[in-house]
Amino acid sequence: MTTTAQSVDVQANYSENTDLENQYLTFILSNEEYGVDILRVQEIRGWESVTTVPNAPDYIKGVINIRGTIVPIVDLRMRFGMEQLEYGPITVVIVLKVIGENRERVMGIVVDTVSDTYDVPEDSIKPAPDFGEKIEVNFVKGLATINEKMLILLDIDQLLNSGELNILD
Amino acid sequence: MATILTVDDSTSMRQMVSFTLKQSGFDVVEAADGSEGLHKAQSNRFNLIITDVNMPKMDGITLVKELRALPAYKFTPILLLTTEAGIEKKKEGKEAGATGWLVKPFNPDQLLSTIKKVLG
Amino acid sequence: MGIDLSQFHETFLEESFEGLDVMESSLLNLDAGDSDSETVNTIFRSAHSIKGGSATFGFDNVATFTHVLETLLDEVRSGDRDVTQGIVNALLESVDCVRSMLEAQRDSGDYDEAQVKSVQNRLEAILGNAESNNEVTEAVVVVEEKNSSNGWLIDFKPHLNMIQTGNDPVRIIRELESLGVIGVKANLEKLPDLDVMNAEDCYLSWEIELYSDVGESAIREIFEWVEDECDLVIKPLQTEVATGEEKPVDTPAVKIEIKPEVDVLNKTDEPVANKATPTRTKATGEGGSIRVGIDKVDELINLVGELVITQSMLGEMGQNFEPSNIEKMMDGLSQLERHTRELQESVMRIRMLPISFAFNRFPRLVHDLSSKLGKKIELKLSGESTELDKTVMEKIGDPLVHLVRNSLDHGLETPDIRKAAGKPETGVLHLNAYHKGGNIIIEITDDGAGLDKEKIRAKAISNGLISESEVLTDEKIYDLIFQPGFSTAEAVSDLSGRGVGMDVVRRNIRELGGAVDIVSAEGKGSTITIRLPLTLAIMDGQLVRVGKETYIIPIVSIIESLQAKKENINKIIDHAEVYKLRDEYINIVRLYETFDLVPDSTSVNNGLLVMVEGEGSKIGLFVDELLGQQQVVIKSLETNYRRIEGVSGATILGDGTVAMILDVPGLVVISRAKTNVNEDKVA
Repeated sequence: MTTTAQSVDVQANYSENTDLENQYLTFILSNEEYGVDILRVQEIRGWESVTTVPNAPDYIKGVINIRGTIVPIVDLRMRFGMEQLEYGPITVVIVLKVIGENRERVMGIVVDTVSDTYDVPEDSIKPAPDFGEKIEVNFVKGLATINEKMLILLDIDQLLNSGELNILD
Repeated sequence: MATILTVDDSTSMRQMVSFTLKQSGFDVVEAADGSEGLHKAQSNRFNLIITDVNMPKMDGITLVKELRALPAYKFTPILLLTTEAGIEKKKEGKEAGATGWLVKPFNPDQLLSTIKKVLG
Repeated sequence: MGIDLSQFHETFLEESFEGLDVMESSLLNLDAGDSDSETVNTIFRSAHSIKGGSATFGFDNVATFTHVLETLLDEVRSGDRDVTQGIVNALLESVDCVRSMLEAQRDSGDYDEAQVKSVQNRLEAILGNAESNNEVTEAVVVVEEKNSSNGWLIDFKPHLNMIQTGNDPVRIIRELESLGVIGVKANLEKLPDLDVMNAEDCYLSWEIELYSDVGESAIREIFEWVEDECDLVIKPLQTEVATGEEKPVDTPAVKIEIKPEVDVLNKTDEPVANKATPTRTKATGEGGSIRVGIDKVDELINLVGELVITQSMLGEMGQNFEPSNIEKMMDGLSQLERHTRELQESVMRIRMLPISFAFNRFPRLVHDLSSKLGKKIELKLSGESTELDKTVMEKIGDPLVHLVRNSLDHGLETPDIRKAAGKPETGVLHLNAYHKGGNIIIEITDDGAGLDKEKIRAKAISNGLISESEVLTDEKIYDLIFQPGFSTAEAVSDLSGRGVGMDVVRRNIRELGGAVDIVSAEGKGSTITIRLPLTLAIMDGQLVRVGKETYIIPIVSIIESLQAKKENINKIIDHAEVYKLRDEYINIVRLYETFDLVPDSTSVNNGLLVMVEGEGSKIGLFVDELLGQQQVVIKSLETNYRRIEGVSGATILGDGTVAMILDVPGLVVISRAKTNVNEDKVA
């Protein structure tokens, strides 16, 4: 699946004979493959310039305008304390629907590149070991092995509702 | 089928009367006060008129008097909607020339049986 | 046939609420000395309608209560009872009761039954009924004569004019058939010759034998309508044929209809919530609905039509573009701009309602509060037709109530104090609204005692808001009352003395993008001025550049912009900088510091200072460049992100990028805090 500078409608890409509940969209971050619940993916966009937000932590790059709504963009490498990459033509922003305590929000995450979609049955997800301080275990739903690849499945709500993004500070 | 004029300043009452009578096949025209009622009576032909007593612009008793003065409505049945307490209104109404009355509150069935009685 | 009456409930409730409003404003007029019979009749009719409808549609609790209410009103309107203040007050409370009962019906909620009962008792006491009845007993007592024969002989002689009431004797006789078997004999005695006969008169009479075991009352009932228009004699039939054993006659005993008792629910009485703030706003919530005049909708349709035409014209030009068409294209674009603007204005107007909706709660509020406080107060309303956005109006309601209460409680004095001060005993409270420069201005003026500067100053010092040595302008002193935790009320009255009021009021108004301040003259009175944007969605903005970023400053907050002169800049205690503007010292806010940006230059005299005002103070914003002015659509940052200090929202510029809108009052607060911190450091 190639991404272009235009936003790609995810719905067109899922495999037909499985239900979406166990489908994950995966992306690459520093050579590791991560996955997010496909039902949360609103769209995929190329990187475009953002408007910086005053007094925000460094992993919040800023905000962009998506069809009239202001959407914050989070650099996932920086959120995980990894080295920052220079953005290029294959840099991608995945726009996600995040569910908080009493509302739904839309946010984008910057990733190295999008990988694929996989069907991951519930019972094949194993709990994650401790990764160290860099990635809080809360963010990780679990690990799964598909086609000999290890996928790190993320809990989007935990990830994007925590820290500075938590409005209930 | 007969055409009936219902005059009442309460929209909900008018609607209830209207709906009930229409369901039984009558044609119904509504007026919100005595003066509108008189006007409609003059420009249409009604077989029966039902009117409330307490209304702005022209009350029911006055409407009855005005209607009886019109040749077309000399013998038309006119019913007044009165309350249990208003005995004087019944007398006043009769003196003005009303045919009879219906006591409020009434339910749709009581309304229908009275109407049918009067229209024969 | 069961007809479902619940389909009429909504209409009944709606018209009843309207009727209650009419009753209330009419009662308030009565109070003011207008005992015009038409006013009284209006009040009576409203109550009468509600009573009739509630009984018809089965709202028995309402029917019972309004029955008593109507009885009292009937006495008033027939002149049997004079209108006294006590009666008016009882009637006003009755309106509240009915309202709460109907609201409970509409919202499937509860109402305060004890309250209703208490008011009902008062009404009955006024009427002279010592007992309070919860039941309306309709006793129809029918005493039946035992009929020993097998029927009745009815002598029915209509008067000449009976037919002229629309009563047809034949129809009546036919009705008798429903009671049993009848034999009819007509009497033609009185029938005159054709040439003298009047076709409109009834000359006939009848003798009817009715074979039935019904009682006399059933027969009389059929003749009820024509009782006075005929001679009616009813006798038991003489039995001509002996039938042996008499059939036992059915004696329907005393018929008594008792209306069902008012539901006595086993609940703890909930006090009528918030009697203090009679809001009476319909339960529409955020997703409510609006009534729009057809004319406004038609206007919109026209404008959209024009927009479509202009757009397709431009589209065509774009398709077959030729450089020579450039001028035409520019014309087309300016036409597009005009149509878009007109459309925008038109759409905004749909959400606009006259402020009278917010003002209309005040006659009642002022009436109740002034009698509670023992003060004589006249309420004047002007500019009620001034329109503003529906949501803004809904949100300004509570702050307005608080401010009015404040005036009534603390501003306006009691009659004796006023008299001693040489003022008329009746104080005046004036609510005024008008449009000014894209905003709506609401003024609350009273001719009361005004603000006591010394008292405010003393209180602020004792609350640690200011230091003893501080010299403040009058303006700044008055502004202190909006600070949190401030209150000069000696005793915390339950109305407004709690000290949580004024700062919350200001905050609420700020959140609407508005501002509030107060001007006062001791002994003479005060005026509170509220400024609100006409719409929450769009505002006029000044674009400015700080480093690489573009920000928007609300034009309504801008006083002036200037090139800073080095000699006018003074540093106070290292970090706080002020600019000397004529005879004022204004704090400088270096926006690049606030937002952590890299500016073109850090020297203030190389950039521009935009003087803005908020929270009763002025500050100077240091920017690199002034860009254009434009209307911006306000987008929320909080929807997907969160509230940022110093920023009130965001907008999308023409090139699709996002720009932040500065929160001027917020920046004022930040700058104040900074200077205070610095002062503490030194002290």
